[in-house]
Amino acid sequence: MSGKDKGGVMSKLAETGKHIRSSQAWSSIFRPGSPFRDGYSDTPRNRSYVIMNNVLYHLHPVKVKRHGVRLSYTLCLGGMSFFLFILLTITGIFLMFYYRPTSPQAFLDIQALATDITFGQVVRNMHRWGAHAMVLTVFLHMARVFYHGAYKPPREFNWVVGIMLLLLTLLLSFTGYLLPWDQLAVWAVTVGSNMGRYAPVIGEQVSFALIGGTQITPDTLLRWYVLHVLFLPFIIVIFMAVHFWRVRKDGGISGPL
Amino acid sequence: MAGLPEHLLRRSAEAKAKATGRSVDEILAEMKGETPPAPATAAPTGESGSARDLTKEAADLGVPQDLLRRAMIARAKADGTPLPTEAGAAPAAAAAVAPVAAGSPAPMPAIPEGVRTQRLLTVVKAGSIQQTKREPADKVNTWPHLLAIEFVALLVLSGLLFVFSIYVDAPLLEFANFNQQPNPSKAPWYFLGLQELLSYFDPMVAGIIIPGYGLAALAFIPYLDRNPSVRPSDRKLAIMIFTFFVMGAAILTTYGSFFRGPGFNFTFPWVDGIWFDF
Repeated sequence: MSGKDKGGVMSKLAETGKHIRSSQAWSSIFRPGSPFRDGYSDTPRNRSYVIMNNVLYHLHPVKVKRHGVRLSYTLCLGGMSFFLFILLTITGIFLMFYYRPTSPQAFLDIQALATDITFGQVVRNMHRWGAHAMVLTVFLHMARVFYHGAYKPPREFNWVVGIMLLLLTLLLSFTGYLLPWDQLAVWAVTVGSNMGRYAPVIGEQVSFALIGGTQITPDTLLRWYVLHVLFLPFIIVIFMAVHFWRVRKDGGISGPL
Repeated sequence: MAGLPEHLLRRSAEAKAKATGRSVDEILAEMKGETPPAPATAAPTGESGSARDLTKEAADLGVPQDLLRRAMIARAKADGTPLPTEAGAAPAAAAAVAPVAAGSPAPMPAIPEGVRTQRLLTVVKAGSIQQTKREPADKVNTWPHLLAIEFVALLVLSGLLFVFSIYVDAPLLEFANFNQQPNPSKAPWYFLGLQELLSYFDPMVAGIIIPGYGLAALAFIPYLDRNPSVRPSDRKLAIMIFTFFVMGAAILTTYGSFFRGPGFNFTFPWVDGIWFDF
C-alpha cells in the first residue's frame, strides 16, 4: 500500500469522525463543554462546563482548593475506598451469577469458579482482595482525616457518618467472609460472632436474629447472603450519599493546615 | 444621574410625578441635579416636643392611632423620656377621629388615594443554612487537575488489584465441618485485635465494653475535642491519644494475626510458621 493511499484512508476517517461528531445524535449525548464535543477548546469556560454539564457535578464542584488536589494531602484514600466499593459491586454481581447460598452448594459453586468458569477465579480473587483493601483504605482514610483535624466544625457530623461507614464496611466484609462456606469461613465467623453474644440485655437476641439460631447453620448462610448483597449495600449507599454531599456542603475539603 | 439614558430617566420622572403630584419637568430637573430637591409636599411631622399630633401623624402614615400611641409610649419608656402629654393629644384625637369616621373630607393625606404603602416592620438578617462563606481561596479547576489524578489513581488501583489477583488466589479450605474446629480458629484479621484482647480479659470486657466504648469514643471525637485549631503543633495531645490507640490496635492485630498459633498460644511466626489466613 502506498503512502498516498494511506493518507487518503486517514483523511477519510478524519472526515467521518468529524461528520459523526457534528451530528445531532452526538451533540445530544455530549452536553456543551464536553471534551468529546466538536469544537472543544481548552478555555476556562469549558473547564467549568466539563463539570457543570456533567453528572459528575453531583460529586465535584467546578473548582477545588489547590492544596486539596495534592496527592500528599489526601493520599486518595477516600476516593480509593469509593472506587473499591464500585469495583466490589461489579465483581460481586459477577459472582452472584454463579453462587447459590445453600449448603453444600455454596462451597461447590465457589470451587466451580476456579475450575469451570472463565475468569471465575480472578474475579473472586479481586473481590476478596478488594474487600480487604477497602477495610484498609477506609481505616486509613479515617486516620488521615483525624490527623488533618478535618472533623472539626463544621464537619463534626460528617465524621460520625464516616464512622458509620467504617462500621458498615466491616459488617459487609464480615458477612461476605461466611459465604464461601469452607472451614475458614465458618470458624472465623463463629469466633467473630461469639464476641457479640456477651452484649448486655440484647446480645443474645441480636445474635439470634443475625445468625438465625444459636449457632452458625446453613440458615445463617442465606441470611448473611441477603445482608451482604442487598441490605448492607443499600444502607451503605445511603450513608455514602450523605457523606459525599456533606463534604461539599461543609465547604469542600478541609485545610490547608 | 450618571449616564442614564434619557428615556429611562423620563419614564422614572413621569412615574414619580404621578405619585407625588408634581410636574414632570420639575422632577426631571431635580434628578439631573439642576435644582436642589424641593421639599416634599407633605413632610412627615417632625419631633415637635412631646406633644405630637397623633391624629395627623396617624393619618399621614396610615397607621391606626392607638397603635401609634402605643409605639410612642413604648419608645418613651425605652428612652427614659417623659411620656407624650395626653392632654393635648387626647382631645385632638377625639375631635379629629370623629369627622374621619363620619366620612367628611379628611385632611390631604401624604399618600395619594389608591396607593398602597408597605412599612418595614423588621429586618431579618439573612443567615444561611449552609456554608456559603466564600473566603478568597487558591483554587484550581476540577477538570483537568483533580479528575486527571482521580482517573490515574483509579487505573493504578484497578491494575494493581488485577495483577495481584492473577498471581495470588483467595484461600479456600475444605468444606465446612461443624464437628471439627480448626486449631487455632481465628476471626477475620480486622477482628484479631479483639480476639487478642479476649485472651486477656473476660468476654464482657474484651468483646463488648472495650469495642463498644472505643467505637462511641471514636464517633464522639468531634464533640470531645473542642480545640478549634487544625495545626499539628496545637493538637499534640489529641494526636498523641489517637496515635496511641491506633498503634495499640495495630499491635494487638499483628500480635493476634502472626504471633498466635495452635490453642491461640504464643508462637514466633519464623519458628512455627504463620497461622493466619486472609
